Amino acid sequence: MRGYHLAVRILLLLGLAALLVFPVAAGKFYLQLFSKIMILAIFAMSLDLLVGFTGLISLGHATFFGLGAYTLMLMSPEYAAASLWLSLPVALVVAALAALIIGVLVLRSSGVYFIMVTLAFSQMFFYYVTGSRRLGGSDGAYIYVKPETTLYGWAPFQLSNNLHFYYFVLALMVVTYLLLQVMMDSPFGHTIRGIKVNEHRMRSLGFPTFRYKLAAFVIAGALAGLAGYLDAAQYGFVNPDLFGWRESGIVLMMVILGGMGTLYGPILGAFVLVLLQEFLADQTKHWLLPMGLFVILAVLVLPLGISGMVEQLVVLRRNLGARRA
Amino acid sequence: MSDKVIFFLIQVLNGVQYGLLLFLLASGLTLIFGVMRIINLAHGSFYMLGAYLAFSFAERTGNLWLAMLIAIPLTVLIGLVLEAALFRFLYHRDHLYQVLLTYGLILVFEEVRSILFGDEVHGVKVPAFLDFSLRLTPTLSYPVYRLFISAVCIGVGAGLYMFINYTRVGMSVRAGALNREMVQSLGIDIGLIYRLVFALGVALAAFAGMIAAPVASVFPGMGNQILIISFVVVVIGGIGSVKGAFIGSLLIGLADTFGQVFAREISGITLYFLMVLVLLWRPEGLFGRAT
Amino acid sequence: MSKSEPVTRRTMLKSILAGAGVAAASAFIPRCFAAVGGAKIKLGLMLPYTGTYASLGKNIDDALRLAIAERGGRLGGREVDYVVVDDESEPAKGAENANKLVARDKVDFLIGTVHSGVAMAMVKVATDNDTMLIIPNAGAAAATGAACAPNIFRTSFTNWQPGFAMGKVMVGRGQKRAVSVSWDYAAGRESMGGFKEGFTSGGGNVEKELVLAFPQVEFQAILTEIAAIKPQFVYTFFAGAGAVKFVKDYAAAGLKNSIPLVGAGFLTDGTLQAQGDAAQGLETTLHYADGLNLPKDNAFRAAFKKAANRDADVYAVQGYDAGQLLAAGLGTVKGDTSARKEIIAAMEKAEIDSPRGKFTLSKAHNPVQDIYLRKVTGLENRFVSVAVKALADPARGCKLV
Repeated sequence: MRGYHLAVRILLLLGLAALLVFPVAAGKFYLQLFSKIMILAIFAMSLDLLVGFTGLISLGHATFFGLGAYTLMLMSPEYAAASLWLSLPVALVVAALAALIIGVLVLRSSGVYFIMVTLAFSQMFFYYVTGSRRLGGSDGAYIYVKPETTLYGWAPFQLSNNLHFYYFVLALMVVTYLLLQVMMDSPFGHTIRGIKVNEHRMRSLGFPTFRYKLAAFVIAGALAGLAGYLDAAQYGFVNPDLFGWRESGIVLMMVILGGMGTLYGPILGAFVLVLLQEFLADQTKHWLLPMGLFVILAVLVLPLGISGMVEQLVVLRRNLGARRA
Repeated sequence: MSDKVIFFLIQVLNGVQYGLLLFLLASGLTLIFGVMRIINLAHGSFYMLGAYLAFSFAERTGNLWLAMLIAIPLTVLIGLVLEAALFRFLYHRDHLYQVLLTYGLILVFEEVRSILFGDEVHGVKVPAFLDFSLRLTPTLSYPVYRLFISAVCIGVGAGLYMFINYTRVGMSVRAGALNREMVQSLGIDIGLIYRLVFALGVALAAFAGMIAAPVASVFPGMGNQILIISFVVVVIGGIGSVKGAFIGSLLIGLADTFGQVFAREISGITLYFLMVLVLLWRPEGLFGRAT
Repeated sequence: MSKSEPVTRRTMLKSILAGAGVAAASAFIPRCFAAVGGAKIKLGLMLPYTGTYASLGKNIDDALRLAIAERGGRLGGREVDYVVVDDESEPAKGAENANKLVARDKVDFLIGTVHSGVAMAMVKVATDNDTMLIIPNAGAAAATGAACAPNIFRTSFTNWQPGFAMGKVMVGRGQKRAVSVSWDYAAGRESMGGFKEGFTSGGGNVEKELVLAFPQVEFQAILTEIAAIKPQFVYTFFAGAGAVKFVKDYAAAGLKNSIPLVGAGFLTDGTLQAQGDAAQGLETTLHYADGLNLPKDNAFRAAFKKAANRDADVYAVQGYDAGQLLAAGLGTVKGDTSARKEIIAAMEKAEIDSPRGKFTLSKAHNPVQDIYLRKVTGLENRFVSVAVKALADPARGCKLV
């Protein structure tokens, strides 16, 4: 957390503590809801790597989310559980491999073209899965039993237990955060940031920018696959909409509204968007209207997202210009 | 001519006709993006707006042309208001914020539509004097209204082309697309150009919705699917290029049609596949400039 | 961004944060129900209240409430409380939304939905949590097929049923060569599959099954192909906006006169206003029709019109019957929602006096019902004859069968 003001760091630690203690007060529903939010937070952080740090705006990130989910479905035998220790790495590898292949194809484009071609891939998967009988098609498919964690006869935890699942997801979210933090603080991360600011300059300095972008794309894809895997594991249901542009749009919203270029921004974005939606949906059936207005307002008023707003409030006189670099 | 050839030609006609309709929508999108550098995800919402207005006014007046006459200026007005209230703040912002803001706009449009017009599917009657079909084979006829739409699209396309390339205003528009600062320093109000282009783009989208309403039906979410396809067209053709939008839409129209005929199982994927291929060959689209 | 005084902007930002904080906090406030003394039976309705299927969702909701209101607002003697969730017809959020009703609101019965993809998510959640589920529309075969369960019931249909019936009708008329058309998705395939089974059982042959990607609506290519193949007739499954467009396009292409078009009832249900002349004379099969002239149907239509100020349709009937099924189940146990076995047994044995005619439930908990042949006359789908009597879905893969 180098570079974050002390006040922000304290807030983040408080947030983590709150999440750790949350299950004590929460009932089953909120436990599951927060698990879902944290899964989306992992998804959002992976997109932030692309959007906020590397400057690659992808509108098709749901591709890898869906791949992670469907991999679990394919690896789960009909009435038995898949092994977590086997299926999770496989899902990550599948997502990463797909990201590698797709990345090689799409990273030659930039700007709007890049946005559209990433969207194109997610749409292709969507249509392919919708039409595929084996994958369940538009009705979706079930994962009848959650992955189990038995190793040498001992199961350290049960994913079917809501509490265990919550802490498992929380742990993965923290691990993702730390992993990305370490990555971005390393020379690799600095190069990535440099590419976002000015790719030509980086290239003229001798960096093979394509490879760096590809690496970022693959890592982001793998993490999105992780999120998709967890999402499928949570309710045991997958369907082609996981590849849809709506999923990609929602997670992009979380990243931007939460605040790009920080890692806690997407986490904040996930919490705010989902909770706001829960609140609004209870008020009116036309809740998309205030939601849309909120998004528009946020774009106009909060250029740095909610994390930017938090930092401005908490960090009384600090010059935020430094963060843009 | 043998039966097979006749049907092949008819399929070509189908593809061209679909492509021309796409062109109407894509042209507005490519202009807005090419000149104003704004990604407008709400473009499909203007298409939907046009269709619903046409439906609503046509029901009341019983005449589609009259409805269009009222609805087009109305949509242009709405477009200009939105430009002044929202889009103006996006000119200097990152694409990301444009995507986000216009995404929020889609949500708002959908809900307003739901509140004002409800959620049912509506039909619009084809204007009486165009409501007949030409017999092409013993079994198949071609609805004349579709041919009419195609003719209108070609006309609009030609008009756009003339406007952009052969008028003073068009020249300013082209200049504004290339270098806005220079245009401003030459004393031309770039803000006015932007407003003009935006109004034009919105009008084209709404007009597409209106004229297609008799064949497309009017229903919730109708803008979303066609939005994605228009983006594909714009990207293939090259951003900012009306000529590219024209070629791109014809390509997509034909690809989609023949994809359905020959590769039925993967027909949903055809146009995305095509886009990926084009971008692999030409990363800026067929007629686009490197942005 | 333009410069503005730090104080003013910070104040504004603070108030936004405060507002957002309040909003987020209130999401935590456990929902208080108006249940005053004495537990009410909680019905969780998960239906599309917005989007393309909103009118269907509304009809189901209103009709369900009507059925219960007709019984004094009570099921098995106990009062009823409704909790409502809008599923927006989004399968990706289906499990989450269903979970809201089951885990947060702890409903006794889950009822929904229209879209099959969402319904399958509901079936999963209901099975995982052992909650009673009644499906008032979605026709996915799996719900009373491979994924069937004792606690899952359906008061509507499977996509297979109308298709099979039409196949039987057409082959019974001596037709031999057909082409079927639909979207390439589960419902379309199930419907075309049912038709094929019925049609080939009498020696008919489906020359080609034309599909296009869901939810594409550019039909010209397919229409041209149909003209090229020249079958004796075309069977189709489309619904909603797709149905409107297909029927209109089919007529405009001049095919209506040379190659008759038939289909599952959804082709012309709720779409006649939009389709206009293009739909006139079309024959379809469905488990409901206009002009049935059954006393129950007449009474129901009048009551629904009075209560909801709209005309009833097949969706309303299905919702109404869900209410009737609930009453049958809870009646025998005097509203004791914990007597699960007895409730299920009662529901399984129930003979529902439906506006569509009487029906019972198969072992897989899907209606065994008469499928009617209807013809579009004006703005109605007029009853012509009974296509197949007491048709049961084969419930392939169901363990209850």
